[in-house]
Amino acid sequence: MRRVRTAIAGMVLGTLGLAGCGQSSGSGSGTSATPVASGSAPAVGAFPVTVQAGNGSVTLTSRPGRIVSLSPTATEILYAIGAGGQVAAVDDQSDYPAEAPKTSLSGFKPNVEAIVAAKPDLVVLANDLEGVVKGLGKVGVPVLVEPAATKLDETYDQIRDLGAATGNADKAGQVADGIKGELDRLAAAAPKGKELTYYHELDTTPYAATSGTFIGQIYGLFGLKNIADAAPGAAGGYPKLSAEFIVKADPDLIFLADTKCCGQNAAALAGRPGWSGLSAIKDGHVVELDDDVASRWGPRVVDLAEAVSAAVQKAAG
Amino acid sequence: MTPPPPERPATPDGPDTLDGPESLDGPATPGGPDAADTPVASRTAAPVRSRGRSLAVAVAVLAISLTLGVMAGAAGLSPRAVALALADRLPFVSADSGLSPPDLALIFQLRVPRVLLAALVGGLLAIAGAGYQGVFRNPLADPYLLGAAAGAGLTVTLVVVFLGGNAGVAAVPVAAFAGAVGGVFLAYALGNTAGRGGGTATLVLAGVAVTSFLTAIQTFVQQLKVEELQRIYSWILGDVGGGGWEGLAMIAPYAAVSTVVMLLHGRLLDVLSVGDEEAVSLGLRAARVRFTVLLAASLATASAVAVSGLIAFVGIVVPHVVRRLAGWSYRVVLPLSFLGGAAFLVLADLVARLVLAPAELPIGVVTAFVGAPFFVAVLRMTKRVET
Repeated sequence: MRRVRTAIAGMVLGTLGLAGCGQSSGSGSGTSATPVASGSAPAVGAFPVTVQAGNGSVTLTSRPGRIVSLSPTATEILYAIGAGGQVAAVDDQSDYPAEAPKTSLSGFKPNVEAIVAAKPDLVVLANDLEGVVKGLGKVGVPVLVEPAATKLDETYDQIRDLGAATGNADKAGQVADGIKGELDRLAAAAPKGKELTYYHELDTTPYAATSGTFIGQIYGLFGLKNIADAAPGAAGGYPKLSAEFIVKADPDLIFLADTKCCGQNAAALAGRPGWSGLSAIKDGHVVELDDDVASRWGPRVVDLAEAVSAAVQKAAG
Repeated sequence: MTPPPPERPATPDGPDTLDGPESLDGPATPGGPDAADTPVASRTAAPVRSRGRSLAVAVAVLAISLTLGVMAGAAGLSPRAVALALADRLPFVSADSGLSPPDLALIFQLRVPRVLLAALVGGLLAIAGAGYQGVFRNPLADPYLLGAAAGAGLTVTLVVVFLGGNAGVAAVPVAAFAGAVGGVFLAYALGNTAGRGGGTATLVLAGVAVTSFLTAIQTFVQQLKVEELQRIYSWILGDVGGGGWEGLAMIAPYAAVSTVVMLLHGRLLDVLSVGDEEAVSLGLRAARVRFTVLLAASLATASAVAVSGLIAFVGIVVPHVVRRLAGWSYRVVLPLSFLGGAAFLVLADLVARLVLAPAELPIGVVTAFVGAPFFVAVLRMTKRVET
């Protein structure tokens, strides 16, 4: 998952301290809090507005018209809630939707001068790396840090945050409720009574995700049992599993989130030493996910849930 | 950088251990009659042990390590069943392990090749480290001294960043091998043009320059695609689980040639350790010996790096442990380093596989975390031995 990669990238770059600060305050009471907009149900255009983001409360005096998003998930949310027209520039990883104005700006190596050159009146980030929030604060640009969600509720909150901050609160509320409704509908349709096991692969090493992670909770909606949960807590939410354990566990379903990075698919799995006998491979229950969809926490979690739902129906049927 | 401190002469008997100058042109035969008879003595207080006995002990330790490595694993198969399954594969033996075909595939496609690969990689890194230490007469020399790690790091980064997909995954071993060889070649070429006539200090400095330069390029390429950093980082920490029989087969020829060449040069490294001038006066072509051993050690390093990433600590420490326990002659240090390194890495991999089972630790974490206290313990145990 990209988030793992990013976290370790931060460690290698010696910037995890900063990233961690942003994230811990976010996953605490910060960003996930319901948007404390001035006026609890702000109508479109009710500015000034105050939003609780990962970097504390941020006040916007007027409706932003030149938003710079350095977070692919935030970009997807902005377009989903109808703020696309207000977006001036997005970072080099924001590849969805296609009409987003992709630039060479980087969310991993944010450069304050380059961001300011885009003349933003709001900057949205997932990680406060290299002191970018402080830097932008010095030049008076409002910044929202919307860190990687650890729960679905945080996704809904971030959508509402961005809705309030951009003057699209009503549409944002509809989007958030819509996602929740879709996920509930898909989960309710999941076949009951048969507990299927699964393995979610992040890369070929192989790193997996446990059910405690954001993505793991999506699988949890369908009552799936994660084989990676056997790993002790010290291995973290994204443990590197022993290949022989995966073979022995023989999961009913295999979800690949390394199709783009590493070109993995059912055929590549069958070619790994000792893997060809796995029942998920023999029975055609290997699901090739889009790496990006599986690593972002925006509106496309519905696409992910649909893929999981289809696979579960097929495997149970 | 200070010039490398000279190592303690390994052949206290000096010319007495040589048959005569003419024997220096060709590699000496290890295990030859006089090798077996000559006690591996040193001026230190180390216990004098026969080479044969040390070798036997090392082989036994390795055999025990391999057995443990094959018996234990995250899949939790019973050791008895694994033993029976292994026995069943021996010629003229038939044993019913009661294991299902998937379990057997697990043992023979995943666990056995993994344990063997750990052994081979550990052996290669340790003997390469001993070879480098001999050539440079520097106890701090390790297999990555001349840019092998930086070269491999750069090429692997290039492959991960620019060659996507399954092709990129498959190309990593070849890229690592080529990069390691290329890095050493660059350092050697640079050292030879900069210094006069094979001076080792210049070569070490060239290695430092090449390492810094290649690492700079690697860092630049890496930040082009920061989201792939985790893959590169996890390769750097090392892993012997991914190679399988394919990995073993791929590096076996290089491993065999480089190991044999180094083993044959044990006696010449002993002569070299008394100093260039003395060695030359004894009829040794110092530069040629150094070049041959460097080439072989670099080939061994590249082979190990190709299938396992950059596993630290094994190459520098195992030869020292061997010296402490079994004496200074390279005729002992080289083979024992191979066996000891093999056993050490098999056990380190076992720890990496079991501590968080069914999750794993990167093996590089284990080699340093377990290896460093072990090394200190050996240093203390043998503190009457001078280093």
